Amino acid sequence: MAPPAPRTGDAVFANVERVNAELFTLTYGAIVRQLLTDLEEVEEVNKQLDQISIFRGYNIGIRLIDEFLTKSNISRCVDFKETAEVIAKAGFKMFLGVTASVTNWDADGTSCSLVLEDNPLVDFVELPDTCQGLYYCNILSGVIRGALEMACISPEPNFWCTHQGMCLVRLATHPR
Amino acid sequence: MAAIYSLFIINKSGGLIFYKDYGSAGRMDTNDSLRLASLWHSMHAISQQLSPTMGCSGIELLEADTFDLHCFQSLTGTKFFVVCEPGTQHMDDLLKIIYELYTDYVLKNPFYEMEMPIRCELFDLNLSQAIQKDRVALLGR
Repeated sequence: MAPPAPRTGDAVFANVERVNAELFTLTYGAIVRQLLTDLEEVEEVNKQLDQISIFRGYNIGIRLIDEFLTKSNISRCVDFKETAEVIAKAGFKMFLGVTASVTNWDADGTSCSLVLEDNPLVDFVELPDTCQGLYYCNILSGVIRGALEMACISPEPNFWCTHQGMCLVRLATHPR
Repeated sequence: MAAIYSLFIINKSGGLIFYKDYGSAGRMDTNDSLRLASLWHSMHAISQQLSPTMGCSGIELLEADTFDLHCFQSLTGTKFFVVCEPGTQHMDDLLKIIYELYTDYVLKNPFYEMEMPIRCELFDLNLSQAIQKDRVALLGR
């Protein structure tokens, strides 16, 4: 019996349960705000959003990957390029409702940028001057790293936020 | 008449995280089930090495005189395998359903520690319902 064909991001997105987008944006905003109040240092907050602990990206990623695999019927990716495409098109679509584009491939194809044109996490958000270095969406890089680690691949995503409304995750196949 | 004898779930490192017995003749105690799970994990890994074809992902079906063993391994390394009556159909579909239940009721439970034994009531409940539905469907065929 042939394995079932992988479902496209749109097909999966149409089938999963959804939550109100504003609830999601506000919840995430509240988390970041609370972290800033507790930790005060922008750098610390960046690390927390990425690493292991309650709310943080890594913990989400390791649990998310299995759900992604069941719902989308994706089989193992052949190479890193395919991995990046799958994350950008199927992964982001399924969980955030928006697709990312894969750009800025480096010379040897070991790192790229995933650009989110329309990031629901940053709807209504304006970074104040005091928080200019904050990687507001760093949770995404933690999520991706957790997910890829569980699926037995280990790139090191680095992340920086260019400006609101656009978010960038830099994905590399070897640790820097 | 139970088509399924038992269900095992093993984590990436080969440790047993879930075992359910559906009333087979030989009820196993905890130590035996742990031992069996590790044994299967090793055999599964060895079979990938032994396979004459490239890209083998391990044993999917073991057919014996008195039982069949169907195994499903997710891309994250978690293995779900079910011991059932010889010739039972649609076990692969059942394993996929169990995998979905695992992603929903175990992984999304924030108090569940990864790779640890599963102690989630909702998972047990939904699993029984799924097995029951499968049994009813089986009788209907």
